[in-house]
Amino acid sequence: MMENYSFRFSKSSKNLNSVLLIIPMVLLFIGVYGGFMQTLFRAGIIQSDPFVGGDYYKGLTFHGVLNAIVFTTFFAVALGNALIPYSLKKHLNSKIAWTSGILMLVGSVLAAIVILIGEATVLYTFYPPLKAHPLFYIGLTLLVVGSWVASYNWVPMYLEWRKENKGEKTPLAVVGMFTTFIIWFIASLAVAVEILFMLLPWSLGLVDEINVMLARTLFWFFGHPLVYFWLLPAYVMYYSFMPKIAGGKLYSDMAGRLVFMMFILFSIPVGTHHQYMDPAIGSQWKLLHGIFTFAVALPSLITAFTLAASLEHAGRKRGGKGLFGWMWKLPYFDKEKWFFPYLILGLIIFIFGGIGGIINASYQMNTVIHNTAWVPGHFHLTVAGPVLLAFLGGSLYLIGQFMNKGIKFKGWAMISPYVYTIGLFIMSYGLKIGGLKGMPRRTNTGASYANPDSILYQPDWIFYIDLSVIGGSIMFVGIIMYLVSFFGTVFAKSESSEEGALVTFPISEPLHDEPSTWLRNFKPFIIIAIILIVLSYAPVIYDVIQNTYGGSLPYSPNSPVPLR
Amino acid sequence: MDKSEKLALTLSGMLLVIFFGAIMYASVAQNIEVPTCITDMEPFATDTLFQTGPDTYELQMVSRMWAFQPSTVRLPVGSTVDLYVTSQDIIHGFKIDRKNVNLMAIPGAINYMRVTFNEPGEYLYACHEFCGAAHHTMAGRFIIEEGIDEPEVEGDAL
Repeated sequence: MMENYSFRFSKSSKNLNSVLLIIPMVLLFIGVYGGFMQTLFRAGIIQSDPFVGGDYYKGLTFHGVLNAIVFTTFFAVALGNALIPYSLKKHLNSKIAWTSGILMLVGSVLAAIVILIGEATVLYTFYPPLKAHPLFYIGLTLLVVGSWVASYNWVPMYLEWRKENKGEKTPLAVVGMFTTFIIWFIASLAVAVEILFMLLPWSLGLVDEINVMLARTLFWFFGHPLVYFWLLPAYVMYYSFMPKIAGGKLYSDMAGRLVFMMFILFSIPVGTHHQYMDPAIGSQWKLLHGIFTFAVALPSLITAFTLAASLEHAGRKRGGKGLFGWMWKLPYFDKEKWFFPYLILGLIIFIFGGIGGIINASYQMNTVIHNTAWVPGHFHLTVAGPVLLAFLGGSLYLIGQFMNKGIKFKGWAMISPYVYTIGLFIMSYGLKIGGLKGMPRRTNTGASYANPDSILYQPDWIFYIDLSVIGGSIMFVGIIMYLVSFFGTVFAKSESSEEGALVTFPISEPLHDEPSTWLRNFKPFIIIAIILIVLSYAPVIYDVIQNTYGGSLPYSPNSPVPLR
Repeated sequence: MDKSEKLALTLSGMLLVIFFGAIMYASVAQNIEVPTCITDMEPFATDTLFQTGPDTYELQMVSRMWAFQPSTVRLPVGSTVDLYVTSQDIIHGFKIDRKNVNLMAIPGAINYMRVTFNEPGEYLYACHEFCGAAHHTMAGRFIIEEGIDEPEVEGDAL
């Protein structure tokens, strides 16, 4: 691979990618604000949102939707729109790319508006029979369809490249991006069925009743692979960028390819591990999904080894000696390598996120933590840890590249992930231990359990609720520091007056570069994945249909009387 | 793939197999299970508690916005309860503090778990799935005491 090769993007792609980064960053900020308010609500410091208005649950809805669904989807698309043309040296079809971008923007803004006016307080899982405004479901659909269109745009570029480069290995970053979107496409089919055939007609009043368990099961068919849709773009950056930024090489190219293919196999037939405590599903099928969940932990364990080995290689090249000496030679506080902390801190956080994930997947052990505050404590160490940090670092890098601007406030950009990580550990510790003491998730504890005047007052939980306020405040400061650098860069003077954008990515070379011919084709892995999905989901869906009765009318969150 | 990478892969796989073995041990040898399909139970809309043996009870619990019915259950120490939970409206969650009972209460389905109370005390059950504006007020208690002759419930259906 060439050193520091650059690719020129057209003006249209450059503008599109800038929009796909800037608008979600504004939405992310609204969501982050909502997250900070959550901690204040839970401690009873506020009873209604001082700026946006509304209660804890409305805030929780826009926090979850904007941060976990909107921001992540946009970044995954922007990263693909950047890395695939760059790695394949081919141009995007800009009409299709803009169509995708506009669908996603319109959908997200629609969903955000109905949430903010209080017409969709259903949280980001939108379980029926709580009903949202139909525009909420339409908005989410447009966002998902827009992301499908984006990936559809990359397929002919890839096929053409394969034809022109027979016998060559597809660049690892491209393999990673396609893996991300193959999983996303298969998984989002289930939520598309849930929304288009169940929720939307029911919320419009075309059908009266809905099967709640079936909708919920379809949601989790989508809901767990969704976390790999978040995680895999971060993996792409870990494998492709991090070794090079650290000054070394990727330890094994084959490990990277194996990891991505394993994700295709095992990402989807695992969703029922979110439903261990549900009725109407046989426990043997829950156990089967548990087994596959352990299988999908394997690629993350391989990743931990491969990335640590790559960093050791880099550290030794930089003069590190001894068993652990290399660790201190990495560019943790180098302003010019501000991207490095976003990646390494994410990996350190993910050690705890990964352990928590294995605990959650452990069948009976799930009884202790299911729907307690432990769960948000856990997933803030994954999606709001490695995923968010990698996406923030990636967004800043991409915006600098596509807008031809040098990064402003580099010191702030470099320190921000450290501040954020300290806050995150404090907040997640509070949530996790609070959860082990029985504190429920998704609950405005400030209005009952944390209120000394309430008959429900739980003095044991207060310390942990207070920890999450302290941690949440520090996280908020970290994000503000980041946004200073991001928007400082966006509004800075451009360094060149040229039309398009000359983009460079720090792509790592492999240290061990095996031919790995059996990992070169997606097809067999997709076929096996489909077989595993059918085997694991057919009995679950059968159980759900057999063991449920009646249907549910729609409800508003504000009244115990059904809406019709 | 080089030697150390292969070793890491093998050890990772073995670690997961050990974890899985622990799950199977808990399931088969200790009989600690998660909820499964309930097929032998008629749908119910009101709550009931009745004695089924010297120390055993059956409790049919109904959850609705925003209360559990019953909201207080008083039982003698040593009681074993066959607990059936359902919802009359939207999704709720039911977890007994300090007990291995954690059940989703879902309309159109019945959930089941058996629980034994060997220690006296109060056991909170708080709704743990978002169920609307007053979700945070939806909770109840098991009160386990020595020397109760008649089990009691409060806050039951009209």
